[in-house]
Amino acid sequence: MNEAKMITLTIEGRQVRVAEGTSILEAAKAAGVLVPHYCYHPGLPVAGVCRMCLVEVEKAPKLAPACATAVGEGQVVHVHSEKALEARKGVLEFLLINHPLDCPICDQAGECELQDYTFAEGRSEGRLVEPKRFNPVEDFGGDVLYVTNRCILCTRCVRFMDDVAQNPVLNVSERGDRAVIGKFEGQDLTHPWSGNVVDLCPVGALLSKDFLNKARAWELDRSASVCPNCTQGCNMMVETRDNMVVRLRPRSNEDVNKYFMCDYGRLNYRWMNRTDRLEAPLVRQGERLAATEWEVAIAAAAKALSGKRIHAVVSPSLSNEALFLVSRLLGRGEGSGAFRVERGPEAPLVGVEDLALRADRAANVHGAELLGFRRSDSPLAGLRGGDALLFVDADPSVLDMGDLNRAAAVVVIGTALPEVLRTADAVLPIANMVEEEGTFTNLRGRVQRFLQARAAPGMARPSWWVLGDLLAKMGEPGSYFLASDVFTALAAARTEFSGMSYDSLGLRGLPVMAAVGAR
Amino acid sequence: MGFPHRSHPRETPVLSTHFGDSEARSLSGWRARGGYRALEQALGMTPEDIVNVVKESGLRGRGGAGFPTGLKWSFMKPGDGKPHYLCCNADESEPGTFKDREIMRWTPHALIEGCAIASYAIGAETCYIYIRGEFTEPLQTVGAALDEAYRDGILGRSAMGTGKRVDVFIHKGAGAYICGEETAMMNSIEGRRGNPRIKPPFPAVAGLFGQPTTINNVETLAAVPHILTNGAEWYKAMSLSNPKSTGTKLFSVCGNIARPGNYEVTMGFPFREFIHDMCGGARPGHTLKAVIPGGSSVPIQTMQEADATVMDYEGFVANGSMLGSGGVIVFDDSVCMVRMIARFARFYAHESCAQCTQCREGTAWVTKILERMENGGGTTRDLDTLLELSENMTGKTICVLSDSCAAPVVSGIQKFRHEFEAHINGKRCPIRSAAAA
Repeated sequence: MNEAKMITLTIEGRQVRVAEGTSILEAAKAAGVLVPHYCYHPGLPVAGVCRMCLVEVEKAPKLAPACATAVGEGQVVHVHSEKALEARKGVLEFLLINHPLDCPICDQAGECELQDYTFAEGRSEGRLVEPKRFNPVEDFGGDVLYVTNRCILCTRCVRFMDDVAQNPVLNVSERGDRAVIGKFEGQDLTHPWSGNVVDLCPVGALLSKDFLNKARAWELDRSASVCPNCTQGCNMMVETRDNMVVRLRPRSNEDVNKYFMCDYGRLNYRWMNRTDRLEAPLVRQGERLAATEWEVAIAAAAKALSGKRIHAVVSPSLSNEALFLVSRLLGRGEGSGAFRVERGPEAPLVGVEDLALRADRAANVHGAELLGFRRSDSPLAGLRGGDALLFVDADPSVLDMGDLNRAAAVVVIGTALPEVLRTADAVLPIANMVEEEGTFTNLRGRVQRFLQARAAPGMARPSWWVLGDLLAKMGEPGSYFLASDVFTALAAARTEFSGMSYDSLGLRGLPVMAAVGAR
Repeated sequence: MGFPHRSHPRETPVLSTHFGDSEARSLSGWRARGGYRALEQALGMTPEDIVNVVKESGLRGRGGAGFPTGLKWSFMKPGDGKPHYLCCNADESEPGTFKDREIMRWTPHALIEGCAIASYAIGAETCYIYIRGEFTEPLQTVGAALDEAYRDGILGRSAMGTGKRVDVFIHKGAGAYICGEETAMMNSIEGRRGNPRIKPPFPAVAGLFGQPTTINNVETLAAVPHILTNGAEWYKAMSLSNPKSTGTKLFSVCGNIARPGNYEVTMGFPFREFIHDMCGGARPGHTLKAVIPGGSSVPIQTMQEADATVMDYEGFVANGSMLGSGGVIVFDDSVCMVRMIARFARFYAHESCAQCTQCREGTAWVTKILERMENGGGTTRDLDTLLELSENMTGKTICVLSDSCAAPVVSGIQKFRHEFEAHINGKRCPIRSAAAA
């Protein structure tokens, strides 16, 4: 690769060195200066139409659009000069004259760039005395609603559908101030990635029907996470209101999902809030399962597993930490572990390399395989007569009563108790992935952290904690105080993960060594 | 000539020599009038020599911007291995301008010859003539002339048998003003929405289909054969004023004038004589009060300014306006300037491509204010607002449509403030109410 020529320029008095061809806007970002903008988005082709990012470049005759102007050696750029501020004030006024100012009922309020910049730099009063233009709300299909009146025609949505999704469904219809975002005849926003237009929209013009009127932006708590709905591992933000997950949104990661997330992943969150959860540890008392304390349940589980070969059926969406601890339980007595993966149609985002909704609809298939679990359509097949079955949050549809009868003991660790497992000796309730911390390994071997976003119900505990206590009860080292302790142990035990820690992973993740070698 | 009127003795017909002469339309008629000799001569020259002659002649773009044509051509680097394109801008959408229409109606071969020479000079094998859709007659005449030129081997794989390929195609516009902007025109030819593109990259680097492209106006290209035939010195010598403005220029005159029409004069001709003598001045019983000299996008001149102007690129600028496209619109005392400006603003608001915020919202807002004012609902504060909005609409957008909307508003308020104030104070249009009384 050729070494890019470097350019030095000054932005707002800060000197910055960037590669030739970089835009002033990106260079300003590197210098820590935000140039207000609407139409520019790093994941889309440059349009240069909102004219919000006009900056003053010394010796240039006119203000320059920072998004569409390449840096030049020795340039001196002013983002906050009087001229630039006046220009932005003008743009904000123009954008607002026909904007309905219905922020109190707009979903975007609180995370609206028009609101933010107007508050920061706009005029305090409007000068339009004529009636505002009015257009009705339109259903764009899929999950998207178009509130025409709020649109500032930045065309991010059009460019996303044209150039990234490569499914040109949207256009700019009409001219002048009559212009609106239009949909081509007979087409709908049904592309599997079209929900991204809602995130891309800088104002409240494109809204998610799913999220409509659910919460105000300032009521949401946000946690960095990783989408568990397929093996791609798109980085995401889990947004909760009053301990309920109400929205999943992409979190940018240049190496995985850029700025995007598919509709399947984005909308598949209701299971995170399900209320029919296991809330207390249960132990067998004759015919029935009785709620008990954790110590009693852990002891009962340890007793049921002790002295037997263990066959584990696990969920491929468990964290690396949980799977590592399960694998250690198995390692004690030649045990085996298997999982089944739910499949669905693959849906690539054509404009981004190696990004797709993957056919494997589970978060940690690669991690499970790395940790020695066998992928199988009938994961119970490895259960031999006299084995103890350890069932860790797997899909209950893999269960067959005939196979179950071979088990000498059954221990369930999970978020829910399937009916057919009511014969279990001990049942240990765990948190689901948004209720605990951990890591997943995506299909390219990238290990990525997810953080806790809501509290687990009742007495349920993080999976690594429950499994750690179980290991300890069975005489193994297993007392961990934090998820990161488990990961440190994993990194020490498994060469693929060696050298990694939560600190080194950060919130963007790192590829496992095996994956580095393979690529 | 002052087509459709008889030629005025003070005119200098070069491009307009054969206006009204229907025999000049046919190939044989055109050849009989000396046509295609310049092309023959050009094909025997090197492209660099042609570019140098045009450079030397001082020919500047006649579409409005006045960019030196030879210099523009010299941006097309020969031997870069890319296909080059020539686009002839025959959209002529600027209100008040109808000179290209006449060139195409009467001397279509002059345009084709100019296109062929220019194509060869810039290393282009393909030229598109972008004609606006409303020009039904020019479309037909240029189309028929093209057919003839192809049949005669003037164009095609081997232009005039020289083995040099020159193809010329007509692309019909669909009626958008903005498609006369060169980058919007390229989008339109490519089959996209006619939105202006961000520059850079400039067309000479990445234009039509992403390849090096030159865009020239009809009048510019039609002048090229004459320059080749008669020499750069001849063309330069036709200037009466500034050496940077050479040759002749067609002016389309319309509005409240005794003899509207197309007039061809040399650069530097006195505007006062042009309006009052050549075009016959005001209609009987009226006095002139304002002129827009270069199509609706340029600032309005008062008669005082107009009378002091020499007609060249620099002369109009020195007197508060621009040469523009040469579309002269004359207003007399029967015209309400507020109404006129509101009408122009409405045009721009209608034609804004809707990309840039300032233009999309500004043109419409300015229109709303002006129309309210025209109907007597204006306030003094509106005048300040209009001037501020115009400032925000100037020099901040991708193309100059927004600037063009602001120009007549600003110059109108500056130069005819009393008319605006009469509307505000009288709460109605004084001219309309006088007419009604």
